[in-house]
This record gives sequence, structure tokens and C-alpha cells, in this order.
Amino acid sequence: MTLNDLFVLSPEIIVTVSALIILILDLFLAAEFKRSLAGFTLFGIVLAAVANAFIPIGSAPLIQGMLRVDAISQFLNLIFLVGAGVAALLSADYVKRQGIARGEYYALILLSTLGAMLMGSSANLIMIFLGLETLSIPLYILSAFMRTRSASQEAGLKYFLLGSFASALLLYGIALLYGATGSIQIDEILAKLPAAMLATPLFVYAGGGLLLVGLAFKAAVVPFHMWAPDVYEGAPTSATAFMAVAAKAGAFAALLRLFGPGLMQIDSAGVVIIGILAGLTMIFGNIAALAQLNLKRLLAYSSIAHAGYLLLAITAAQSTPLAGTAINGLLFYLLIYTLMTLGAFGVVILAEGRGENLSLSDFSGFASRHPWIAGAMAIFMVSLAGIPPTAGFIGKFLIFSAVIQAGEIGLALIGVFASVISVYYYLRVVYYMYMRPSTSERPVFVSGFIVLGVGLTAIAVLVFGIYPSVILQWLPQAASATLP
Amino acid sequence: MNFVWLVLALPLVGALLNGLCGRYFSKRVVGLIGCSSVGLAFAISIWTLLELVGGSDRSVIQTLFNWIAVGNFSVDVRLLVDPLSTLMILVVTGVGFLIHVFSVGYMNHDPNYHRYFSWLNLFTFSMLVLVLASNFLLLFVGWELVGLCSYLLIGFWFTRPSAAAAASKAFIVNRIGDFGFILGIFLIFAIFGTLDYSTVFSLLGIQTYSTTIMTTITLLLFVGAIGKSAQIPLYVWLPDAMEGPTPVSALIHAATMVTAGVYMIARTHALYQLAPFTLEIVAIIGALTAILAASIALVNNDIKRVLAYSTVSQLGYMFLATGVGSYTAGMFHLTSHAFMKALLFLGSGSVMHAMADETDMRKMGGLRSKIPWTWAVFLVGVLAMSGIPPLVGFFSKDLILEKVIFSGNTLLWGVGLFTAMLTAFYLLRAYFMTFHGKPRYDEKKIHPHESPPVMLWPLRILALLSIAGGALWVAVFGFSFTPLDNFLAPVFKDVVHVNAEQPEPLFSESTLILFSVLVALVGIGIAYLVYVRGFRLSEGVRKIFHPVYLILSRKYFVDELYNWVIVKPLQLLSRFLASIFDLTILDGLINGIGRLIGWTGGVFRSLQAGYIRSYAAWVLLGTLGILIYLLLR
Repeated sequence: MTLNDLFVLSPEIIVTVSALIILILDLFLAAEFKRSLAGFTLFGIVLAAVANAFIPIGSAPLIQGMLRVDAISQFLNLIFLVGAGVAALLSADYVKRQGIARGEYYALILLSTLGAMLMGSSANLIMIFLGLETLSIPLYILSAFMRTRSASQEAGLKYFLLGSFASALLLYGIALLYGATGSIQIDEILAKLPAAMLATPLFVYAGGGLLLVGLAFKAAVVPFHMWAPDVYEGAPTSATAFMAVAAKAGAFAALLRLFGPGLMQIDSAGVVIIGILAGLTMIFGNIAALAQLNLKRLLAYSSIAHAGYLLLAITAAQSTPLAGTAINGLLFYLLIYTLMTLGAFGVVILAEGRGENLSLSDFSGFASRHPWIAGAMAIFMVSLAGIPPTAGFIGKFLIFSAVIQAGEIGLALIGVFASVISVYYYLRVVYYMYMRPSTSERPVFVSGFIVLGVGLTAIAVLVFGIYPSVILQWLPQAASATLP
Repeated sequence: MNFVWLVLALPLVGALLNGLCGRYFSKRVVGLIGCSSVGLAFAISIWTLLELVGGSDRSVIQTLFNWIAVGNFSVDVRLLVDPLSTLMILVVTGVGFLIHVFSVGYMNHDPNYHRYFSWLNLFTFSMLVLVLASNFLLLFVGWELVGLCSYLLIGFWFTRPSAAAAASKAFIVNRIGDFGFILGIFLIFAIFGTLDYSTVFSLLGIQTYSTTIMTTITLLLFVGAIGKSAQIPLYVWLPDAMEGPTPVSALIHAATMVTAGVYMIARTHALYQLAPFTLEIVAIIGALTAILAASIALVNNDIKRVLAYSTVSQLGYMFLATGVGSYTAGMFHLTSHAFMKALLFLGSGSVMHAMADETDMRKMGGLRSKIPWTWAVFLVGVLAMSGIPPLVGFFSKDLILEKVIFSGNTLLWGVGLFTAMLTAFYLLRAYFMTFHGKPRYDEKKIHPHESPPVMLWPLRILALLSIAGGALWVAVFGFSFTPLDNFLAPVFKDVVHVNAEQPEPLFSESTLILFSVLVALVGIGIAYLVYVRGFRLSEGVRKIFHPVYLILSRKYFVDELYNWVIVKPLQLLSRFLASIFDLTILDGLINGIGRLIGWTGGVFRSLQAGYIRSYAAWVLLGTLGILIYLLLR
């Protein structure tokens, strides 16, 4: 490891050090000052984001071939850091209100973010596994963070058990691939695969398949999604918000690294499977969301459905000439997904008041009571549904047009059809807010931090919808970066 | 021309001002912002028109900013100013302005006055985006925004459940249409590699594309038009959209939204010209919708619903015109319909204003002397729409019928002519029921009063337009004065009349005109006999026709059909799919599989997490599925 390596890894290092400092600070701070830990977390995240913007990028692997810091990982880091930053904003007052304001909470968010960042820049299967575990274990703890509530405990335990199951499958996949190719470097494996497929096809197929399953689980892809609604519902809402974006973004970062461009040349079967999973996920996620009356479950199914759209981009990335467009679409959509999902959860936290389990009917007449928050929620819902002029529309458009150009007309049809269905349940939230007489008088939880988070994400979703070039101009470099 | 972006910006600024700060303004200020923003936009539209007519260039593109640019894919926010879009912005802002002014009086007592004007401005803005777009993506953005705004405005009085339901219905039905529309746009992108109008249309001249592809693209786009312009089978939302405030109905029906489909076909006619099959479908759907909607309007007793079905029917005429390749005739009828329908809707609003918001015509009657101005303008509206010369409706409808028969579609012409008779009948029926006969309302409770000037002036201006608008295109008995046709001609210069070598038409032009007038008079005559002179059919005949009446009054049972065939099954499927994992319907089955694979999670069952092993079983099943596929393929 050289000094340059350290410099290139400075975002990761800053995040780690921040987490450690928070743990130490937590010991010394009196309870009433714990809120400042959120501020410190944000400071660390902003610092990391600044460092991330300035690190020199190149495609050569670092640290004995463990990591690859290229334009894609740089953009992914931005997504993770934005997600963590907004999540910290949403958490600050929420954890205090719920009586779980302990320093570990922020440290866990930062460590989980570190895991996602490592996944996004991994050049090595072991690194993917380590990143995945660093991402997941804090999430298990965060799910169960509200110790006194059995639903939260249950969520944590469920997530942990099923997550370990998926990790085991992933690890097994890595072992098989190592057995087949004799390497754990992603680029070496890809180079050796054609030969390995002739020699030990069983290992290659089983290994690849298990790898896919492990990551699909984290991304909540049907049929590996079952944990999501239960865990989302049971976990503290601020943790749910973070989990919904961090786990998904991390998993898709790894999927992009492993199953991105090039898979098709090796074997088309993988593409077929990813396509089938994408179709199933979009159809199931959207249709099941139609029946949800609990807001957190509704957003859980919505996040499942979005995994389907994102998988579409992975399939489109297979046809090499179009890989750039598809990867751009994926990266853009991941960022927008992060913003709109966090924003929507932020509104849920506000609207939950002191209670739990916000249901649709609690939103009745919400717009007349809280016009600004309702307006923000309407923006998130419209964006999640993919309706212009929001960023969600641009994201879906980029992905679907890449898919159509790649010739996957059937998948694109399913995608567009599924997103038409989704309009119904997203707009139902708007309908309740604006077109139902106010029945519930659930007091809203007022928090400057959360309102700031919701406001910023709402503005971003609108601005990136009307003027997406702000983001898109960063992307071409990202996509032109060589993938392993 | 450089100021054309203001046409967009002004209503948007108005919407933002009223939407964000409206609650702090007085009603006068809110109304002033709402009306003046659209009024100024109209002034700039006229300026644009003059520049366009005066200048040499008939198609000007103004780039506002680069919108999306990824790799080789780039879309600009760019406005296209040509005769077609100029006509549309004139109609949208002009008629829209009058509707805004009318609203100042009509909505005066509404507590959400500022919200109303904010949304009304936003609606106008959306429609202007739609018509000024110079590429398909921006067109789609306007298209969706229009849908979104209509959702807000139809559901404006959301405390009524029926209004909220109507808003949702409008939005969802529109989304079905948009599904086809966006697919069409994707297909255009896949085939042409660009979404820019001018590039796509010029590529059509350079390369040859297969008719199948053109047919598919145009059919998909037409599905969008069917939704937005309320044609068979997606017309069901429009009559329910009456739940919104009456000026909103006027805006939806006359100036914005429903005309989008017709405009879109005229705009993309270069594609449609290459798909004769689609054009045939367009014409047939148009004719069928025209007659179907007119027949439903025959028996409806709600004044606004009669007008709503009338809109559906008239839109059918416009599609019929475009379907036979006469886009200019379609655009003329669009314009003339905008005048007449705005007049009729605002007129009915004035009636409702007088009658304490009553819309049931059975509870009206004898209003002629009570509200003379409303009576006069409404009469102008119904006569114009019925096709009585020399009012505008006569010229535009007659032009369409003439184009249809000269294109050789005698059957469709017959349908159109018959529909014209139905139109005259149901409009005059509405008119007679409202204004003639004895009062059927409780005269002790309701005291009809004329509307204030702020509502009457828009009506008077629209009445004038409905009387004199025919001057845009007069072509009768060999006399020809067609400024609109000349103005639009550059846009449609590529339209070749495919039916040039048609055999001699059945009738001469003059005979056709006599036919048109005759059927209108017959329709009016029957309405007069039945609703003024009180003619009744004999018992026996009425019995025979009772089933017909029943079917018509239940609108062919289409709502019921959709409910049972589409809505209910989807609800069931959704509950079922959610229940597979959420509830315990299949839990037994999954537990069985769970046991089968030997997962012993009994301990955790006590945590009420009974499904954790079934979750794991699903993960395992999925994994096995993937592996089996990979290995056995």
C-alpha cells in the first residue's frame, strides 16, 4: 500500500474514522447533547463527499487488486454518501423521540455506508463479500435498534437469519467460482471463465447462480424479497429509510461489477435469468403494493418494484455497444431512487407523530393540515410513479429507452405496464392527502432536521427532473470507465 | 418570436404566485394574477401570429436549454412555432383567458379561490407545453402534466366523494392511453434514433420504413389520443369529469386536454400518412364515437353531461376528419368547437349559477325570461353546434362531411350525417328543457338571477366568435374564402391526397350542404315537437322502444362492463398476490415445502415470526430454480 492508495481511499477512511470518533464521543457526551452526534455524522459525510469529488480516479486496481476506484465507484460513493447524509438528517430527532438516541446508531449508519462503498469499488470477490457483510451487519442491528419493541426485535432477527442464509449462498458461490477459475480477482475470473466453462461448467453455473442469489436477496428481488416488507415495517422508520436505499444501492453496485457488460459474451443464460427476475420483480412488487394500506409496507413493495426497474438496466447493459447508456441510466436512477425514497420515508416519519404504523387513512386531508409536507410527499409519489416533470420520469425513461435499444422489447413492455399499475397506489397516497376530508388528527412530529431533509430531497427531485443535465453531465465519464 | 417562451412562462409564474402565496392575497389580486397571466400570454400569441404571417419563415425553433444529454442521446427543451402550434396557442390562451375571467365571478364564493386559479394556470401552462413542444419527449411531458392537472381540477371539490372518484377515474383511464403513447414514443426512438420532430419527419423522406412499423407506431400513439381525447373505448372518464367546477369543464372540453389527441395526430401526420391502415382505424373510431356518444346524450337529463357527451361526439368528428387525411378540416373543427363548447359550458355554468347549482334539466324550464342574456348566448351556442348556417359550426362540420364523402367513405359520411341530426336533437332538447315551458323548480326556494357582467362578457365574446368564426373558412356554392386553410397549408404541404382518383362523388357539394342543413332542421324540428309542443308516442310504440331507452340511459352499460372485466379482477389479483406472502393463504403449502427440505425453525415460530422458514423456503426455491435452469438448459 502506498501513500497514494491512502489518498485515493480517503472517502472510505474519513467515514470509518468518523464512525470511530462518534463511538468515543458517545461515551463522553451527556444525554442532552447526543443530538449533536447527528451533526457530527453529517460533517463526516460531507467531508467524505468532498474528498470523493477530488480523489484521482483510474481504473488500475489498488491494494493488491482488492479495490478499483474508477468513475463508477466515485459516482456510487456519491449516492451512498447522499443516502447516508439524508438518513442522518431524518434520524436526528426521530431517534431521540423514540428513546433510542445512542451514539452507536450513527456509527452503524456510517459503517454500513462504508460497506456499501467497498462493494461499489471492489475488484475482488472477497472484497464484495466483506463489503456486503460490513453493509449488512449494521443494518441487522439497526432493524432491531428499538429494543423495547417486539416488532423491531422480530425485524432484526428475521433480517439477520435470512441475511445470513443469503450470505452463505453468496460465499458458496464465491468458493465455487474460485474452484472453477483459481482466482478471486473479478477481471481474472472473467478472463478465465470461457475456458473454465468447458472444463467445469457445473462450478461456473452454480457459482454464478449463487452469487446472483446472494446479491438479489440484498436488493430485494423477487422471489428473494420476502424479508423486505416485514423488516421495513418493524424497523425504526429512520433505519428503514436508510436500509431501503443503502442495501439496494450497495447490492446494485456489486451486481453492476459482477453482471455488468460482458456477461452476454460469456453466456446468455445469465442475461435470461436476470431478465426473468426483473420481470417477476416489477410485476409482483407493483401488484402486491396495490393492496397495501400501511405506508411502510407500501414503500417496501415500492422498493421491491424499483429493484425490478434497476435490474432492467443490468440486462440492457449486456449489449456492449449500449452498455454506457444503460449504466448511465442505472446510476442516475439509483441516485434518484435514493432521494425520492428517503424523502418519502421522511414524510412518513413526520406524519407518524408519536405513534407507529402509519396507515393510508392517517393521510386523509393531510394537505389541508400541512400543505408543504403534503406537497413534498406528492412530489415523491409522482416521481416514484415516473410521471414528468420529476426526476423519476427521467430515470425510467433512460432505463426503458436503453432496454428498447438493446432489443428487449418484451421486458420494456412489462416495465412500462408495471409502472402504469404503480401509478394507482402512488396516486392513492396523493388522493388521500388532497381529496379526503380530514378525519385523523394525528399530530405531526415537528423536527427541523427532518423537514430540512424532506425539503432538500423534494427540491432535488424536481430540479433533476426539469434539469437533469446537472447530474447527467457527470455520467458519461462514469460509463466510459472500463469495467472489469 | 423571441418572446414566445413568455407564453409558457407567464401562466407558470401565475400558477406559482397564486399557489405559493395566494392565501396572503385578496381575491381581487388572485383573480388579477390568474387572468392577466393568461391574457398576456394571449397577447404574445397574437404578436407571434403577426410575426409568423409577416415573416418569411413559417417554422421557427426556439431552444430554451439542453434538457437531457447522455452519451449520444440528447433532448433539448425547444419550442416549435409554426402555424399549427400558433393556432393552438391562440385557442388555448384566448379561450382559456375568457374561461379565467368567467371563473372570477363563478368561483367567487369558493374558499379555495387561490388554489383554483393556481391549478387553472398550471393546466393552461401544461397544455401550452404540449402544443409548443418540438420533440416527442417534451410532448409527453405536457401530455402527462395535462393529465395530472386535470386530476387536481376534476377533484377540486374533493369533499364530494363522486368528485374524487371522477378525478381518479380520469387519471387512471388516461394512464391506460398513455401506456400506449409512451410505447409509441419508445418505438420511434428505437427506429429513428431521435425524438426530435423535424429529424424524424425528415428521415421519413430519406429512408423507407416498413408499413408495419409505421402502423404500429401510429396505432400506439393513437392509443394515447384515444385516452386523452376520450374516444371509444376510453371515453368513460370525460362525462364523469363533470364533477369539477363548470369553468374547468369548459377548459378541459374546449381549449385544453381533449383536443390534445387531435393536435398530436395533426402534428405527426407525416407518420400517419405512411400508415393508411391506422388512418382507417382513426376514421372508424371517430365515426363510431361520434354516433355512440350522441346517442347517449339523447336521453341524459343532466345539462353538463349532455354537453360532455356532445364533446365526445364532436371529437369523434375531428378524428373522422383526420382519419380521411383532412387534417386542416379537423383543426378547423377543433377551433370552432372550442368557441362553441366554451360558450355552451360557460352558458350552462351561468344557468347553474342562476339555479343554485342545479344541473338536472327536469328541474328547470322557463328560464328564458329570467336570464335573458344567458338564454341568448346559449341559443347561439346550440344553433351553431347543430350546424345552422351561417354560424361557425355549420362551416366546420359541413367541411368534414364533405371531405369524408369526397374521400369515398360513403358509409362514414352517412354516420356523420345521421349524428348531425342526433346532435341537433339533443342540443335543442337541452335548450328547450332548460329555457322553455313552465318552471319545474320550486319557485319559492329558487329565484333565478342573471349572472354578473364578469361572467356575461366572456359569454358574449364567445357568442360573437361562434357567430362570426365561420369567416375563417368559408367554402360554399363556389365561393371560397379560406384564411385558416391558407395559414395552415405550409404545415400540411406534404399531405398528398391519396384519393385523388376517386370516382365522381355521389352528390355535388351544393347538395351536401342542403343535406346538412336539412338534417339539422329535422333534429331541431323533432326536439321542438316533443319538448315544446308535447308530442308523445303512443303507448305501444313506447313499449317497443323502452329497452333502447334503458340501454341508452345506462350508457350501454360500459361502466359496469369495465368494472367487472377489469377493475374487479385486478383487485382480486392484487389481494391474492399480496396474500401469498403477507397473509397465510399459501402458508400451509409453503410450510409443507419448508418441512420437506428439513428446515427446522420451530423455535422462531414462537416469536410470531411463523413465516421465516417459508421465506427461507422461497429463497431456496428461487435459488434451485435458477440453478436448475442453468444446469439443465
